[in-house]
Amino acid sequence: MAVSVDEAVSTGPGRDHTPPARRFGGRGRAVLEAALLAVLAVVMLFPALWMIETSIKENRDVYAIPAKFFDFTVTLDHFKDVFVASGGRSALSVSFLNSVVVAGVSTALATVLGVPAAWAYSRFAVKAKKDQLFFILSTRFMPPVVVVIPIFLMYRQVGLIDSKLGLILIYAAFNVPFTIWMMKGFVDEVPAEYEDAAMLDGYTRLQAFWKFTLPLLLPGIAATAVFALIFSWNEFVFAIFLTSSDSVRTAPPAIAGLIGGTTVDWGLVAAASVVFALPVLVFAYLVRKHLVAGVTLGAVRR
Amino acid sequence: MSDRTLAVAFISPALLLLLAMSVFPLLWALYLSFTDYSATRGGPAHFVWFENYTAILASAQVHLRALTTLIYVVGAVTLQTVLGFAIAYLISRRTRGRGVLTTLFLVPMMLSPVVVGLFWRFMLDAQFGVINSMLGSLGLGQVEWLTRQRTALISLIVVDTWQWTPFIMLIALAGLTAVPKYLYEAASIDRASEWFKFRTITLPLVWPLLLIAVLFRAIEAFRLFDLVYILTNGGPGVSTETLSFHVYKVGFLGFNTGTASAYGILMVLIVIVLTQLYLRYLNKLKED
Repeated sequence: MAVSVDEAVSTGPGRDHTPPARRFGGRGRAVLEAALLAVLAVVMLFPALWMIETSIKENRDVYAIPAKFFDFTVTLDHFKDVFVASGGRSALSVSFLNSVVVAGVSTALATVLGVPAAWAYSRFAVKAKKDQLFFILSTRFMPPVVVVIPIFLMYRQVGLIDSKLGLILIYAAFNVPFTIWMMKGFVDEVPAEYEDAAMLDGYTRLQAFWKFTLPLLLPGIAATAVFALIFSWNEFVFAIFLTSSDSVRTAPPAIAGLIGGTTVDWGLVAAASVVFALPVLVFAYLVRKHLVAGVTLGAVRR
Repeated sequence: MSDRTLAVAFISPALLLLLAMSVFPLLWALYLSFTDYSATRGGPAHFVWFENYTAILASAQVHLRALTTLIYVVGAVTLQTVLGFAIAYLISRRTRGRGVLTTLFLVPMMLSPVVVGLFWRFMLDAQFGVINSMLGSLGLGQVEWLTRQRTALISLIVVDTWQWTPFIMLIALAGLTAVPKYLYEAASIDRASEWFKFRTITLPLVWPLLLIAVLFRAIEAFRLFDLVYILTNGGPGVSTETLSFHVYKVGFLGFNTGTASAYGILMVLIVIVLTQLYLRYLNKLKED
């Protein structure tokens, strides 16, 4: 079955694949459908909007009963608190920086390991290829809370507990299956004949891959890396069980830590959440054409 | 370099990382599952063979957690599927603004479960939460969403549905836009009713892809942990304690590492069965 992803998310002029409603059900039906869609959109977007609104409210408006929707005092104090604490950088800003490092390095590692493997799986007759690919995919589906117990013991043994390297390794291991599955789809689309032609010209197989196929794969690699980045950026379970100190912790457990006390500074939580979510939304927008492949681990493509 | 060496050289680093970070820990868990080891007590592990497994499978507690998980998975995935498909259907019938609408609807899916969990906790707060505030202004009573047994599980289902309806919507939309237009045109010539077209053209063509999305979501929902941890912490009582959360409690709060490992191995078996199903449908889809 052909699945068109581009149409699903294209921002260009709408292409009409189904006949317009009014031709059959009349105008009333079209209006009803539009209204229904509007209501659903409001419901789905409200929590995100409420989060943004809370992040710019004065504290007394945050806790106002009944909730204030419009007439509140705008302040950027919460955003300031996210980055600055009394006398220097806040713990949250350190954790944001840790997130950048951990997500960035683990994504790079997963890409470096996964892309060549995907190419090899796509081009060569590897023994028991289907089984290998199934095994690779199934590691990605493991319940994290189950894997974290032995990983915890293993890390304690080798001294990787509470280290960024520990998180980087586990995130890379979680992203490698995704990278292989998604990239295999991209490699499959590049004709193998290009490499054959290059080899007739005297290049070795490796050179043919490096000089001719790899450049063609760059957009695919970028899209795949962005998804890996989003996953590492949002990951919480491993982060909370494998790290504990403020200097190592990534942002998700740090943000979750804000609700530890008896009173919760919801304004700060909202501001931190907004700052944390922003890069992900930008990245998701960049890879919107590959969303279907990305969210299904590359298994479902066009 | 021969092709064979090249293939091995390119594949083995990735496989080695997976062996070290997934297979080895899993084998370790398998070994621990046959022992009475405790991570805090330390000391040598004694073999108890299948004692952990029989204890778990016979435990009434675990049966209750399994039921909670089942209610949650079935409830959440069903809601998401119905809602997600409905939204996709509505969007696919529009001629304008499809791209913008799709992008907007996808926002919840991209957010971290931590952010989603925290934010819904704030919105569902019994005192100053915006949901109760809205209920109040409508003249309806206040609900203690997260602190009452029954509403807590419902809240969990609602929040998960909020986050993952976009996923089903995205896949369904991909399926809907791929339905060839001429089928509808042919049906129109035959003066087929809208419902007839939906039932005989749209649904059968989108169904296989939708099934994949449902299976994928079921796997993800089954292994869910972070949202429970943030939103309800398993409570009140044990009303939102899913299997994943229970494993965590046994392993990290009870420090029965052996039992938790056996528990985990059983969960992994379920995931493997689900993954098999997922791949089977996927292959079928690719062959068509």
